[in-house]
Amino acid sequence: MKTYLPSRFIVERDKDRCIRCQVCVNQCSFDTHYYDCDDDAICASENNCIGCHRCVSFCPTDALTVRQNPLEYKSNYNWTAEAIENIGKQAETGGVLLTGMGNDKGYPIYWDHLVLNASQVTNPSIDPLREPMELTTYLGRKPNEVELDGDGKLVTKLAPQVRIEIPVMFSAMSYGAVSLNVHKSLARAAEQMGTLWNTGEGGLHPDLYQYGDNTIVQTASGRFGVHAGYLDAGRIVEIKIGQGAKPGIGGHLPGEKVSAEVSMTRMIPQGTDALSPAPHHDIYSIEDLAQLVYALKEATNYTKPISVKIAAVHNAAAIASGMVRAGADIIVLDGLRGSTGAAPKVIRDNVGIPIELALASVDTRLRQEGIRNQASVVIAGGIRNSGDVAKAIALGADAVYIGTAALIALGCHVCQQCHTGKCAWGICTTDLALTKRINPDIGARRLANMLRGWSIELKDILGAMGVNALESLRGNRLHLRGVGLTDSELEILGVRMAGS
Amino acid sequence: MIQATQNEVTVDVAGLNFRELNLILREKVACRAEKITLLNVCGQRYIGTGLERPVSIDIVGTPGNNLGSFMDGQCISVYGNAQDGTGNTMNEGQIVVHGHAGDITGLAARGGKIFIRDDVGYRAGIHMKEYQAKKPALVIGGTAQDFAGEYMAGGVLILLGLNLKDGECHRANYIGTGMHGGVMYLRGEVDEFQLGKEVGVAELADDDYQVLREYVNEYSDHFDCDAKEIMSGRFIKLYPRYLRPYGRLYAY
Repeated sequence: MKTYLPSRFIVERDKDRCIRCQVCVNQCSFDTHYYDCDDDAICASENNCIGCHRCVSFCPTDALTVRQNPLEYKSNYNWTAEAIENIGKQAETGGVLLTGMGNDKGYPIYWDHLVLNASQVTNPSIDPLREPMELTTYLGRKPNEVELDGDGKLVTKLAPQVRIEIPVMFSAMSYGAVSLNVHKSLARAAEQMGTLWNTGEGGLHPDLYQYGDNTIVQTASGRFGVHAGYLDAGRIVEIKIGQGAKPGIGGHLPGEKVSAEVSMTRMIPQGTDALSPAPHHDIYSIEDLAQLVYALKEATNYTKPISVKIAAVHNAAAIASGMVRAGADIIVLDGLRGSTGAAPKVIRDNVGIPIELALASVDTRLRQEGIRNQASVVIAGGIRNSGDVAKAIALGADAVYIGTAALIALGCHVCQQCHTGKCAWGICTTDLALTKRINPDIGARRLANMLRGWSIELKDILGAMGVNALESLRGNRLHLRGVGLTDSELEILGVRMAGS
Repeated sequence: MIQATQNEVTVDVAGLNFRELNLILREKVACRAEKITLLNVCGQRYIGTGLERPVSIDIVGTPGNNLGSFMDGQCISVYGNAQDGTGNTMNEGQIVVHGHAGDITGLAARGGKIFIRDDVGYRAGIHMKEYQAKKPALVIGGTAQDFAGEYMAGGVLILLGLNLKDGECHRANYIGTGMHGGVMYLRGEVDEFQLGKEVGVAELADDDYQVLREYVNEYSDHFDCDAKEIMSGRFIKLYPRYLRPYGRLYAY
């Protein structure tokens, strides 16, 4: 069928600079660039370009510019270019629009309406370069009270605790959605920096069991790769109920990405779609959730915290309360901007609530009910920098997950084509020719560098506030003020207006 | 409460909760027990979960949900009925139920065998998997409720329909919905509308009969019935019509 869709990008090639080396031809996995041997020229099929800028980054003579096609439809506030083109695509295919990465719509980003405090005159700030600062965080259920014996030793038996040195962990991204080299990069960086990475729901490749102490193993509705050895390997077991990018729906890993090795870890035929149903069919209620939580605790002999991850939805606070009562030692909230390897666009763009509001309301609710200590709270979905992390901690989070930020450290340019399996940066693909583009040694170094930067910044933020431990900031909303927010927003966030 | 003779142990678990019961099992297994008989079992969940060595467990009474979940190489026999989630995500081993079993029997099983003498509830064998030699089997003597074999990605599901009366159909609808791997063998009548859209129907070939006969023989050994008579019934084979049942759902 003749497509009515215009090219989204324009590829400009500086003829004086181009040396016809064909690096762009080889780097582009979307078949945009090609070599015309008759004319001895490099040309572009611009219709194929998705704007990942891989060619631009690798052109040795800086001959390439890729920019948005300025095609201007007749001005219309309602019928934007995106709205028109989405319908065009569906008219041609009759399918559900798929997309990758997180929600890119203009919903408010509350982090940008929250500002942090600093010490001036009345209390001294601390210089983290010279004084000890502590970012160490323990994840897991905390007791209501502790009892010490005469020698000051702990009598209370603690539930399993997991120590991390920076309150930033790598979010669940499954083997199959991302490549083995991405998993290796994440695992090695987590080990180096004393934090955790998450397998996602696709199981754990045999090469990665050695990083078990820094691994969160996930079990989701498809139960891919879940067995006793896998559960034993991880430090934390996470039950994935939902994901911020697609609350309430399951996952289909497209058959193109189910390679021989993915077939092995997931135990499904090669080339078939990996189908994760929308619900866990053994969880239709909080009581059922408790059953799976305790099945996992029995399977791991009560040696590991059990985490439960949900998408942040309207009743998140009440659901979170139920999760804690169901025995979850860690609860994870994934917000409206949470990312994905593939999701129906209509779900990603319209379902769920912003993580800042979900976090504040869950933390408030658990405190009101006197059970906040019984579970650690971890949030995910749109954390971009250490400032967001500090604000999340002040709003009540114990730690955060980063997914997109980690992939950007590996080279991702957020072109949102994860669902195609053709990622030119070699991240969100299982095509062996492309996955080679991530070198796990370099990948781990890039991730560790980013975390090191964030950890120094977090210490700077704490020092400026005059506190020397992250624990003093945790849930301390007096360190936050709101700007440009309504009274109801301030009330839900539990934050006062700046200047008050 | 506990009597022991060398490697065979009998435990009366009346009044114990699941944690206490499983703690006893772990201790016995650590002491190299080879056969454990549990008496007066009444609703305790997760029996057989998280045990580290192969052991044979006889259950007298009614075990609770998630019997043998994540199980890895143990053998359980139930003299009574089992509840929901029997063999949930089991990896290896065997569960034999001398009675009925509830919903999601064999959910996401990765290996091992489950034999249910009578009927099962909804979504039996959902999400069963296989990889090379690891091939789970679920054999049901009676009939099943809706969505049997849903989302099957591997393994063998056998529905014998032994308790159906003459001319009576299996009751399940949506059999094999979303199936994209594995195989089902059905004995007894089933109407076409009862099958999921992703399922194809075929006569059994010789190698199908070979697989089937093996499991039916085992079933007959467990429950003391006549394998020949079972095999003399008419079987159909259900198979996934598509490798990617939902492959055309999306606009790329």
